[in-house]
Amino acid sequence: MKTETIVTREQPAMTVQPKKMNWGALLTPYLFILPWIIGFLAFTLGPMLFSLVMSFFDWPVVGEVTFVGLDNYVNMFTDDPLFWQSLWVTIKFALLFVPLNLIIALFLAIMLNQKVRASGFFRTVFYLPSVISGVALAMIWAWVYDGEYGIFNYLLSLIGITGPDWLNDTSWALVAMVIASLWGQGSMVLIFLAGLKGIPESLYEAASIDGAGTVHKFFRITLPMISPTLLFNLIMTIISAFQQLSLALLLTGGGPLQSTYFYAMYAYDNAFKYFKMGYASANSWFMFLIILVLTFIVFKTSGGWVYYEGDNRKGGEEA
Amino acid sequence: MIRKAISYTSLIFFSFLFLAPFYWMVSTALKSDQEIYTYPPKWIPDVLHWENFANAWMSQPFNLFLQNSLSVTLLTTIGQLISSSLVAYGFARFTFKGRDFLFMVVLATMMIPWEVTMIPLYMEFNYLNWINTLKPLIVPSFFGAPFYIFLIRQFILTIPRELDEAARIDGAGPFQIYARIVVPLMMPALILISVFNIMNTWNDYLGPLIFLNDQSQYTLTLGLAQFKGMYDVEATGLMAVTILISLPPLVLFFLAQRYIVDNAAGVGIK
Repeated sequence: MKTETIVTREQPAMTVQPKKMNWGALLTPYLFILPWIIGFLAFTLGPMLFSLVMSFFDWPVVGEVTFVGLDNYVNMFTDDPLFWQSLWVTIKFALLFVPLNLIIALFLAIMLNQKVRASGFFRTVFYLPSVISGVALAMIWAWVYDGEYGIFNYLLSLIGITGPDWLNDTSWALVAMVIASLWGQGSMVLIFLAGLKGIPESLYEAASIDGAGTVHKFFRITLPMISPTLLFNLIMTIISAFQQLSLALLLTGGGPLQSTYFYAMYAYDNAFKYFKMGYASANSWFMFLIILVLTFIVFKTSGGWVYYEGDNRKGGEEA
Repeated sequence: MIRKAISYTSLIFFSFLFLAPFYWMVSTALKSDQEIYTYPPKWIPDVLHWENFANAWMSQPFNLFLQNSLSVTLLTTIGQLISSSLVAYGFARFTFKGRDFLFMVVLATMMIPWEVTMIPLYMEFNYLNWINTLKPLIVPSFFGAPFYIFLIRQFILTIPRELDEAARIDGAGPFQIYARIVVPLMMPALILISVFNIMNTWNDYLGPLIFLNDQSQYTLTLGLAQFKGMYDVEATGLMAVTILISLPPLVLFFLAQRYIVDNAAGVGIK
């Protein structure tokens, strides 16, 4: 919203000299953005179109390329149990990770927003894990989860729980990855906190005068006011869940028994382990399509629950 | 009063959960190889084995991986500083046909998952004979990155245009205005994207994994991942190297904390 207003304001300044066509002045702006145009064509649009073409071919890295029409897509759905397995793993992960991540991040942001002392310290602590590399994160958690000497099961044993051998247990390995991923997502707390800081104090004061309780204020003021931030985080979290690859490669290698075989890893294996580039391209495009559809759905349904301040279309009767 | 108590209790509890893995990493790195296999685990090592760091580091060509990581990080940062700032200036200071559409495209490409382009990019770099060199990791950075372009553009929009106008009246061309007026004023934005780029490049794992085969080209993250797969590696050495590799981003984070924390939030609201 902010960008739009600035865009219109700058127009008069750059009007090119009238009458005489000044090609130099006309081309100058394109020269400045030329690096991006080249990069976009060479490293984004080009590859994307190329992979779309590849997805209709049987395309080994070395050897004969043959056109197979929609076969790659058809085989994926009808003749490849790994496709369904990896899709199911990814969906299970997202169903666990997305709500947990949003709830924990929002909860911590609300706690931080209570005018606590040392809030800078807490913010740093929550952000810290997102600073290190995914490889470092995986190294740390592999050791934390160690079945025999891991600190995780030791801490659980202190409260009377006998933990499983996390990374080698088919029913717990995925949960272990959810927990490790949550640890690396502390930046969400900061995004929510910024959203909370944007809520005018007067709203809460008015509600207090009307006798509203804490719970009431949360559902009637906090949640509606931060819903745009919530929407943004929801989309970003879903996308990141579908892109889960490094952690699967490093922590479990997709095992045990493919219980953590994520969709991105399935596509990666088809491309770089089995060198079925065409098939893997079809896998990638299917994933892209899912992400697009999900993002679209989140945007479309957001009309009902996202509140934009100053938006007169809804809640107008109260204004 | 009760509310404050609840806040502090939960914040301290979660801080413990967030810090415990870090503490465990450091404590493990300083233990002896026998000490890590005790139950219940020891929180504090009896003797601090500082030599673990040097031993683990020297057991693999980590110095070589460090060189590779440094070259990639340095060169991509230079590339992004030049290209992203030029492009951002173009979008921020000119009105031209298709600008708003093109800028929408810039924003849209931020949403494209890397997994979609990774296979064709591999084919492209393979065709160019760039596989197993650092080029696939470096060259694209000289063509700007959507997120950095976006950040710098937003920053340039806050710089008053009167300064540009004054320079123009003095006879400066668009490039001179960019170099002499806008670049010095947008230093905060340039520092911010440098920090982001250094961290992202240093921490990148999938890029090196796909484009590099030969150990002599490995970056640190790839070297660490390979280190873990070796059969005779103890947790002590693994944690020691993990700490060493994580130190530069951590130090950078503490130095630039204000910038990052403010913008991590700013990005979200847009």
